[in-house]
Amino acid sequence: MATELTKERLLEAYRTMRTIREFEDRIHADFSTGEIPGFVHLYAGEEASATGIIMHLSKADYIASTHRGHGHCIAKGVDVMSMMAEIWGKVTGTCRGKGGSMHIADLEQGMMGANGIVGGGGPLICGAALAMKMRKTDNVAICFFGDGASNQGTIFEAMNLATVWNLPVIFVAENNGYAEATSSSYSVACDNIADRASAFGMPGVIVDGFDFFAVHEAAGEAIARARKGGGPTLLEVKLSRYYGHFEGDQQKYRAPNEVANIKAAKDCLTSFAKRVTASGQLSQSDLARIDSEVGALIDESVRRAKSDPQPTAEDLLTDVYVSY
Amino acid sequence: MSEITLVAMPKWGLSMEEGKVNCWLKQVGDAIAKGEEIIEVESEKIAGAVEAAVGGVMRRHVAQADDVVPVGALLGVIAAAEVPDAEIDAVVAQAQANFVPPSAADEETGPSPQKAAIGARSVRYLKQGDGGVPAILVHGFGGDLNNWLFNHEALAGSRAVYAIDLPGHGESTKDVGDGSLDTLADVLLGFMDHAGIERASLIGHSMGAAVAMAAALKAPDRVASLTLIGAAGLGETINTDYINGFVSAPNRNAIKPQLMMLFGDPTLVNRQLVEDIMKYKRLEGVDTALRTLAGALFVAGRQTTSLRDRVAALGKPTLVIWGEADQIIPAAHASALGDKAQVEVIAGKGHMVQMEAANEVNQLINRFLG
Amino acid sequence: MARKITYQQAINEALSQEMTRDPSVIVMGEDNHGGEGSPGEQDAWGGVLGVTKGLYHKFPGRVIDTPISESAFIGAAIGAATNGLRPVAELMFVDFMGVCFDQIFNQAAKFRYMFGGKAETPVVIRTMYGAGFRAAAQHSQCLYSLFTHIPGLKVVMPATPYDAKGMLIQAIRDNDPVIFCEHKMLYTLEGEVPEESYTVPFGEANVVREGDDVTVVTLGRMVHFSDQAAQAMQKKGVHVEVIDLRTTSPLDEATILESVARTGRLVVVDESNPRCSIAGDIAGIVAQKAFGDLKAPIEQVTAPHAPVPFSGALEDLYIPSVASIEGAISRVVEYRK
Repeated sequence: MATELTKERLLEAYRTMRTIREFEDRIHADFSTGEIPGFVHLYAGEEASATGIIMHLSKADYIASTHRGHGHCIAKGVDVMSMMAEIWGKVTGTCRGKGGSMHIADLEQGMMGANGIVGGGGPLICGAALAMKMRKTDNVAICFFGDGASNQGTIFEAMNLATVWNLPVIFVAENNGYAEATSSSYSVACDNIADRASAFGMPGVIVDGFDFFAVHEAAGEAIARARKGGGPTLLEVKLSRYYGHFEGDQQKYRAPNEVANIKAAKDCLTSFAKRVTASGQLSQSDLARIDSEVGALIDESVRRAKSDPQPTAEDLLTDVYVSY
Repeated sequence: MSEITLVAMPKWGLSMEEGKVNCWLKQVGDAIAKGEEIIEVESEKIAGAVEAAVGGVMRRHVAQADDVVPVGALLGVIAAAEVPDAEIDAVVAQAQANFVPPSAADEETGPSPQKAAIGARSVRYLKQGDGGVPAILVHGFGGDLNNWLFNHEALAGSRAVYAIDLPGHGESTKDVGDGSLDTLADVLLGFMDHAGIERASLIGHSMGAAVAMAAALKAPDRVASLTLIGAAGLGETINTDYINGFVSAPNRNAIKPQLMMLFGDPTLVNRQLVEDIMKYKRLEGVDTALRTLAGALFVAGRQTTSLRDRVAALGKPTLVIWGEADQIIPAAHASALGDKAQVEVIAGKGHMVQMEAANEVNQLINRFLG
Repeated sequence: MARKITYQQAINEALSQEMTRDPSVIVMGEDNHGGEGSPGEQDAWGGVLGVTKGLYHKFPGRVIDTPISESAFIGAAIGAATNGLRPVAELMFVDFMGVCFDQIFNQAAKFRYMFGGKAETPVVIRTMYGAGFRAAAQHSQCLYSLFTHIPGLKVVMPATPYDAKGMLIQAIRDNDPVIFCEHKMLYTLEGEVPEESYTVPFGEANVVREGDDVTVVTLGRMVHFSDQAAQAMQKKGVHVEVIDLRTTSPLDEATILESVARTGRLVVVDESNPRCSIAGDIAGIVAQKAFGDLKAPIEQVTAPHAPVPFSGALEDLYIPSVASIEGAISRVVEYRK
């Protein structure tokens, strides 16, 4: 089945998803050698969500992300070289080595920040949306959060406020089935996170997060509504993560072969490739060229990140305040 | 005048409600000549000495050092040596029994500053007294009408006396235009139009004296006389370190040494004076106003405009008063007008001579104005 | 003579002047106008104590009532600040920080540092604090030390109407997040306030009274109590210097240390609970940096380590009194090794 997306848009989508996958796979590999410091939460497996949604946005549209934020950052256009350097703790990083994986932000790209606090982004994105609304723009703001955050009061409060103020916000619940090591079938009291939308007076939509096209279409509808002043939507994207909660997590709480089976049956990159080549919109060589370009980009980002300088003592106390 | 004279806490300026006794300068039993300083008191604005209204003997200290008492409260008693103690005690007791501290209601009935619209600007002014040839008090750079705290009332005994805030100062509009003397003089003349003053005695301090001269040159018929105190516009030299330091000082600690240059006795610069100046400097538009004025008038140790020869040629009755220890504009400028002016140089006093030697300055001006 | 208005009017005037000057300034909070969505009057309250009254009609669409949902609207104010607005959000009672502190200390305070200097978050959070209202344990606390602890926040504590106006204007123009603490017992205090706009800089303590015998460092409502105590001590020949910190972050250490160098005696007066407090902080700084200047142990006058009681009989005992400050001043003066 062909889609309405142009070839350029399909190539762009594939490149974004492939970049995220390659980026995360490489970090997974490098983390295991002990070279990458701190906590890293990888997005591999969930690429269709960030890509399918953020493809609808411009720079002036904002997103708030989560601790599992690399995919959102890449899709929103944050520079991959700087991101890799940041994750390696280098002064050339997006945040000059002061934020790390959990705090990559680039306001110029409309990326309000990954967030180390589960559910932290909900209230913030309402503010970004309020500013858009007061300026009478048709911009939108997207709040990504997980099934864990779906139980946080901040998210409930933010959804209530977004409806009360009729804000152009899309709440995207990326339900990967696990909040850390606890299953969402245990921790989420209702069947679907999207069921909660009615409590906040907004539409609730469930979408298959392995299917880029489904995500793209559902997000497009919600975003168009918000741009026209139709208010917020709760979009539940059901998907899976391939790696653990954080790097080092052996995922013993998951069923044997759970991840392998999902990869084999549903992987978003594989299904995307199958569909666009079957319909003849893209060729295998189109995809292979992107694969190789992305591989080279990530190689280069790691090479640079390894050799870039660390921040120095002089950086320790800068940028605590604008002025103090 | 009764034989027993009560010395009361003076009211220096409209906002003074109470004062603190710093110290007695005359001890009980000391003989006192009329006009001698007998006690030093401090309002929240400034410290100063109270002078004896009569001669006699210091008979009682009712208030002691460090006491804080309301305006009008009894401080002490002067009487002739032969007045019996019992009589003095009775007068003191009666005065204390009858004393009613001034209330907020009383304050409201007193004179209060007004605003006049002069072109696009609002100019704050305070009027005291009535009749006679009106006088207008014009403060200097960075000052305001409160610079005449110790003079205004004393000069208003037999004439209307107006004190104004120049543009960029006090509570007047902060726009000073090009910052030239002409611009400021136009505002002064505009104020005279507003107040219906055909002809006035202009009394200016420092930059305000230059403004008064500029106004006299523009409209000689409207100026009866000039009183020029620590005047700008009579010579070249000026302490632009002071000007620049005043303008740029960001806080209390930086401004204090600047203000100390204004007085012969630097201890007169108290916390409240410093705070008042910082409050003024924080107002929106003041920084720009001061920089514009300084740039137009006072550059690199020099005054840009000398009015000396033209004012000398004008032939107006002129009184020049200077503090001998003036660190801002040298007292040597006092003789700039030669024999065209009455010149009074007061020893030991600084640039703010009208505050530091208020009584002497008031007497000189009253005598000059007649 | 400047015009006199109340602390509350000074805050309202600062908001009004800044909203006039800068269209990106908005005001939001619970009942900040009061009546949103209701059939009756709009701007019915103007804030729970009427501080923002009148702004709603003057600035249509820019005074926003919020649900009682502090995490959401304080967070929204912070988010809006990263996207071009200058919101002034009202956290009605500082005691309610418990339900929104994450947005303040993990989000607003850290954006700039965490994002490598790329973010500016010009948000002001106005909040009411302090005992004396018979409002009991959850509406009376002095929690400013908790904010002061967090790098990235500025914490402002105006004690007078003059400072309230000038520091609120400074707070609104400031490009960092500012916690603006208003003592509820000061709202009716009158003082001279210029009609024109002005700013009072942060990090500059106010020497309320000069003296060479004892330094009293204080803040908020205690500035007035301390000044009364100092006035009483003056009658006994003890000259007390009273320093109003005005901001606890940034802190004007220089003024404190310069004063203690002269007096050699320090009393810190702080209405909050004593542990990990501003009082303890100041005492610690002076003990470390001015040990050689000290002629007597440092005294701290604070509330006790207990919640704020309801009964007036207890609350009056709880709040540091003028007498207790005088007592502490006397002790440092009379101390002999």
